Amino acid sequence: MHRIISKEKLNPVIHKMIIEAPRAAQRVRPGQFVIIMIDEKGERIPLTICGHDKDKGTITIIFQEAGKTTKKLARLKEGDTLLNTAGPLGRPTMVTKTGKIVLIGGGVGIAELLPIAQFAKELGGDLTIIIGARSGDLLILEDELRRLTERVYVTTDDGSYGEKGVVTQPLKRLLEKEKFSLAYCVGPDIMMKHVCLTTKEANLKTIVSLDANMVDATGMCGTCRVMVGGETKFSCVDGPEFDGHQVDFTEFMARQKRFEREERIALENFEKECRCKKR
Amino acid sequence: MRKQPPEERIKNFNEVALGLSERETLDEAKGCLGCKKANCVKGCPVEIDIPAFIGLVKEKRYVEAAEKIKEKNNLPAICGRVCPQEDQCEKACVLFKKGRPIKIGYLERFVAAREMEKGERAETKKRKTAENNGKKVAVIGSGPAGLTCSADLAKMGYDVTVFESLHKPGGVLVYGIPEFRLPKEIVRYEVEYVRSLGVKTETNVIIGRTATLDDLRREGFRAFFVGSGAGLPYFMGIEGENLNGVYSANEFLTRINLMKAYLFSRYDTPVTVGSRVGVIGGGNVAMDSARCAKRLGAKEVIIIYRRTEKEMPARCEEIENAKEEGIRFELLTNPTRLLGKDGWIKEAECVRNSLGEPDASGRRRPLPIEGSEFKIGLDTLVCAIGQGPNPLLLSTIPDLRLTKRGNIEADEDGATSIPGVFAGGDIVTGAATVISAMGAAKKSARAINRYLKDSSLRGAKRRSNL
Repeated sequence: MHRIISKEKLNPVIHKMIIEAPRAAQRVRPGQFVIIMIDEKGERIPLTICGHDKDKGTITIIFQEAGKTTKKLARLKEGDTLLNTAGPLGRPTMVTKTGKIVLIGGGVGIAELLPIAQFAKELGGDLTIIIGARSGDLLILEDELRRLTERVYVTTDDGSYGEKGVVTQPLKRLLEKEKFSLAYCVGPDIMMKHVCLTTKEANLKTIVSLDANMVDATGMCGTCRVMVGGETKFSCVDGPEFDGHQVDFTEFMARQKRFEREERIALENFEKECRCKKR
Repeated sequence: MRKQPPEERIKNFNEVALGLSERETLDEAKGCLGCKKANCVKGCPVEIDIPAFIGLVKEKRYVEAAEKIKEKNNLPAICGRVCPQEDQCEKACVLFKKGRPIKIGYLERFVAAREMEKGERAETKKRKTAENNGKKVAVIGSGPAGLTCSADLAKMGYDVTVFESLHKPGGVLVYGIPEFRLPKEIVRYEVEYVRSLGVKTETNVIIGRTATLDDLRREGFRAFFVGSGAGLPYFMGIEGENLNGVYSANEFLTRINLMKAYLFSRYDTPVTVGSRVGVIGGGNVAMDSARCAKRLGAKEVIIIYRRTEKEMPARCEEIENAKEEGIRFELLTNPTRLLGKDGWIKEAECVRNSLGEPDASGRRRPLPIEGSEFKIGLDTLVCAIGQGPNPLLLSTIPDLRLTKRGNIEADEDGATSIPGVFAGGDIVTGAATVISAMGAAKKSARAINRYLKDSSLRGAKRRSNL
């Protein structure tokens, strides 16, 4: 059992939780994730470990309400428990060198960008950060990222905050003027795809962190498989980070939809159930 | 043995084989000649004293019979169900030549069930564990090998902790073998027995990630048994394998068995089958996958196997069960390409084979017949062509010597290239049976005992020399 030590709402649909996970807290490296299972009947879902405290034996997760499991998770309160957590899993980040790095995050992916940005900063990297959200009230962790560098660019789809549009706009402008040694991108699949198209033109190596569906997350089932450079890889053990220019995003995005129907049914039933309970 | 009728059982996940009644059990036991030099014992990888336990059955002393089995086999309710007795003890039975060996597996299952029903655990009456010697041993993996090794070591007095990467102990017994062949309640009961011997289980610990072998050494563990199984799914490496609707058998079965996707809506993990399901392979895992698909409502389930039924590695009993349940067999057939639409599988293009000369496995090699291509329409394809060793743990133990196929190199006793690290089961042999893993684990338990005795002797000598 893993107690929820604290819970904080970062925006109407994104939550931050600090949970007990002593073993994971000891070993986690930036870029790794944890599997959580809320209760006996729950799914196993992967969530990036966004922070940790070795002494307290805790890890931080940040998640967006999307399907049944994340909605269920969002309803838990401080002091409640999760049945299982397993991790840290996945390979630690491929970011190992200092240099001039552009980090791009979108939506809840910004939460996954934070530990990488912090790590790159520790390594002595020169950071430029671009973050995007649908609207200004949905943007998360801007202050935390601004603490790492002065160069933070913000875009929103509706223009309610920062530049109106998508992250590739400021990215393109930057790439025209400056030379970077590495790009790092995490966010919605479609965003990562377009960022990779943009950086490929500039011949800038780009690491992406994929958020594939998983079950065991230890390389046992292969549900998270993705084509990288013409080879099938497992996101859980070979990733979650890959060379973005090698990833077959079209196939990956199709694979992410394989349980769309079931996920919708589960969510509808859950919401019905919640409404009944309220009455 | 009585079974659920096929037309009923394909609508549920309840156990298919129903077990013998007491009358049937006694009739069966009566036939045992109680051989002095019992061949059946030699046929058993864990050397159960079969004539002795059957002798107790004859006298209706069922709990004592279970106790007799447990002297050698810690998991009788499991082995009574999934052991290939027809190739082991029953094949060695002197009555085999007469065409009717004693149904040892059925009897084992019966006494284990009796013990469970009575709630009369043999070991609580007469616990044979030695006093705790305080020496810590780590067992990695809680499948048949891990459970056996840890139970045996606990009986010898060691302080054993089993580390399991998933959230439930049991390994393949939980994620792989379906409920209708091995009810999970049985696995839970047997794991409880192992715990009752003093074995600690820690789930959700992925050795290599959550903790390393060195971490465990620092935690005071002095010897290790690696029984991490064959957890890496093989794919065929053909076009279209990443289409939606294509599963590894590991994924398909884990969703169904561990995550209970067959109860979707009550449980949250989904699985989809559609109406036409193909399963590639001819082993028990293929049969399990096909029979699961049928129970999930698939109208047509087809086993696609490259050789003939004779070469199938599955137990005859399971092939029989599958046929009874209306599973179709496309033999001498091999998929060459998977075709899809909108990201989902629609068809498997296959070729027909003929059988050539025997290959390294001794089975005749399938040879594709030119121009024999044809298509099978499918909504789902499950790839059950075998599993290899999962490299996750092994890659974090750099000094551990591996075979060409990536299995751990180990001797007869499970000793590896690292002193104090032993291994057994599928991680050494490649995918095999529950009982062979248990046999190897027993040998390792004895070897670990010798190793720790020797090393404490060596330690004592060193100290006295100071």
